[in-house]
Amino acid sequence: MAWDYTDLVKQHFFSPRNVGKIEAPDGAGQVGSIACGDALSLTIKVDGATDRITDAKFQTFGCGSAIASSSMLTEMVKGKTLDEALSITNQDIAAALGGLPAEKMHCSVMGREALEAAINDYRGVKAKAEEEKDEGRIVCNCFGIAEGKIRRVIREDNLRTVEDVTNYTKAGGGCGSCTAQIEEILEDELGKKAAEEAAVQPARKRLRTNLERINLIQEVLDNEVRPILQKDSGDLDLVDIDGHRVTIRMVGHCSGCRAAGLTTGWIEDKLREIVDPNISLEVLEE
Amino acid sequence: MRTVYLDNNATTQVAPEVVEAMMPFFTERYGNPSSMHDFGGSVGKVIEDAREKVAACLGAEQASEILFTSCGTESDNTAIRSALLSRKGRKRVLTTRVEHPAVLNVARQLEREGFDVTYLPVDRDGLLDLDLLREKMDAEVALVSVMAANNETGVIFPFEEIARIAHEHDALFHTDAVQAVGKIPIRLADSDIDLLALSGHKLNAPKGIGALYIRRGQRFRPFLLGGHQERGRRGGTENVPGIAALGKAAEIAAEHVCDERTRVRALRDRLEAELLKIPGTRLNGHKEQRLPGTSNVSFKNVEGEAILLMLNQEGICASSGSACTSGTLEPSHVLRAMGVPFNFAHGSVRFSLGRYNTDADVDRVLEVMPPLIARLREISPFRD
Ligand code: FES
Repeated sequence: MAWDYTDLVKQHFFSPRNVGKIEAPDGAGQVGSIACGDALSLTIKVDGATDRITDAKFQTFGCGSAIASSSMLTEMVKGKTLDEALSITNQDIAAALGGLPAEKMHCSVMGREALEAAINDYRGVKAKAEEEKDEGRIVCNCFGIAEGKIRRVIREDNLRTVEDVTNYTKAGGGCGSCTAQIEEILEDELGKKAAEEAAVQPARKRLRTNLERINLIQEVLDNEVRPILQKDSGDLDLVDIDGHRVTIRMVGHCSGCRAAGLTTGWIEDKLREIVDPNISLEVLEE
Repeated sequence: MRTVYLDNNATTQVAPEVVEAMMPFFTERYGNPSSMHDFGGSVGKVIEDAREKVAACLGAEQASEILFTSCGTESDNTAIRSALLSRKGRKRVLTTRVEHPAVLNVARQLEREGFDVTYLPVDRDGLLDLDLLREKMDAEVALVSVMAANNETGVIFPFEEIARIAHEHDALFHTDAVQAVGKIPIRLADSDIDLLALSGHKLNAPKGIGALYIRRGQRFRPFLLGGHQERGRRGGTENVPGIAALGKAAEIAAEHVCDERTRVRALRDRLEAELLKIPGTRLNGHKEQRLPGTSNVSFKNVEGEAILLMLNQEGICASSGSACTSGTLEPSHVLRAMGVPFNFAHGSVRFSLGRYNTDADVDRVLEVMPPLIARLREISPFRD
């Protein structure tokens, strides 16, 4: 298999930034293992007053994309608040590198997991990736991957095939004896998704009047959007609905958040998906 | 930048003499050997001439024992399928865990078809236990298929002795000799080998041409059904330029075995000895019982693909048995079968030298490798 790496991947591989280990770090995350063929150790320094990551260093055992992903990750998180850093997805890491070959996406997932582990270590919370190790049965014995992780990645990265799952998690990439189980999980997740979409579809069709649209927008914001923002101590106010234009104001942690652009984009997508594809979202500054 | 090519087990440069030998069959002598007219028909003689040269290179008794195919994989597939059909009723196959996928994947398919396949293990040096092989033999075994030399480590198996053991039980013996031909002497006439596969592009002929040796008198079932080409043993118009090329390549290879044993081996040994001086390295495969040009060295705690990427940047071509280069996510099945520890298996690099390598090539690798490994180890979280 020839390398299909972007120039940015190569740059970060040949001249990785922030290699090493921070002495007395505020947070540390280790993922992967030598048996799996890739591992990443991430250490961060956090400014307690501002909650910002002031320094990040990495050590990686792995292929070109693993080293490049780690290097890019450290560049991306520096200067961000912990919440902003946590909003970085594995897709963001891959995108920042100008893309990764499909079969190397697991390298970006590893970066995201190490980041989460390091932040959780700082906050004294158990890492999600670690919870998953306990949570549910191990599906892939070759790489020690549990059902929880497979389900999460299928949902987060919109995976559709067993091959996708292998590319993103490595599960199924060894002896292959777990592929039937992965397929079952995948069918289950895809089935759920289809059901959710089916439930949403009629709602969109039923809209007849302006009032119905306003009610549905409020419903989506209250039930789908706000609970997620509130988890990160944020929220939003609905300011106005004028035809297809919805105006909101971000409050709490969400206001001024660097990742706000991502969040509002997501809210707009949700509204378009459930209520009306013509909706545009306007965000008022506080 | 000069390319330093040390990946000759993957493929080889086509020898200039070979290119010359095949050219006329693209241009002025493009006739179909099956045609009635002289323009085409005369090309048939070229095929027979090439057959003789291949037979001579393998020390076969008769040229008619050579069948031209498209590649080593076709030769292996054909050999195994044909052998099973001529030992109908027998349901067992013996092979090894370290075969090339051209054999291993056929074996897996045979299992699905109801055959009982035994995959013989290898020891830490990559060698087979012949006593175990003897133990596993019985009157149910239709075929024993063991490679002549391993593509990843270069380890040579005692294929002639294994063939004898197979015959003691009236089983057939096939060997995938794709890596061995031209590198070690082979004399089929005096052996018990029934079927032997080779591939042109591993011995300085182009890709797309291979051959299968079928011992005289051995029953044979064609794999490709079609016209009467190759005396009905393989349908399809002959790849005349490829066949002419393989003939020439076989002729040169026969003369070249000596150079492999002396000059190429000395180059390899110097490279290997110096690489093994880098701390945390190990040799994969038996020290002596190995192809003269192959060296498979593992670098602890660094990953093979990363090494190859850096070598590539320096214009050096090599291969790795690391997971990341193999398309699967686990390190090479050969290294795993040998029980190579994970921290070494992921960091294996195969250097394979051939006819056109020189001292300068080895010097270049030796200049690049130590700082390269040091740099990757600096990035690695594992060290001891
Ligand atoms: S158990 Fe999943 S690949 Fe082997």
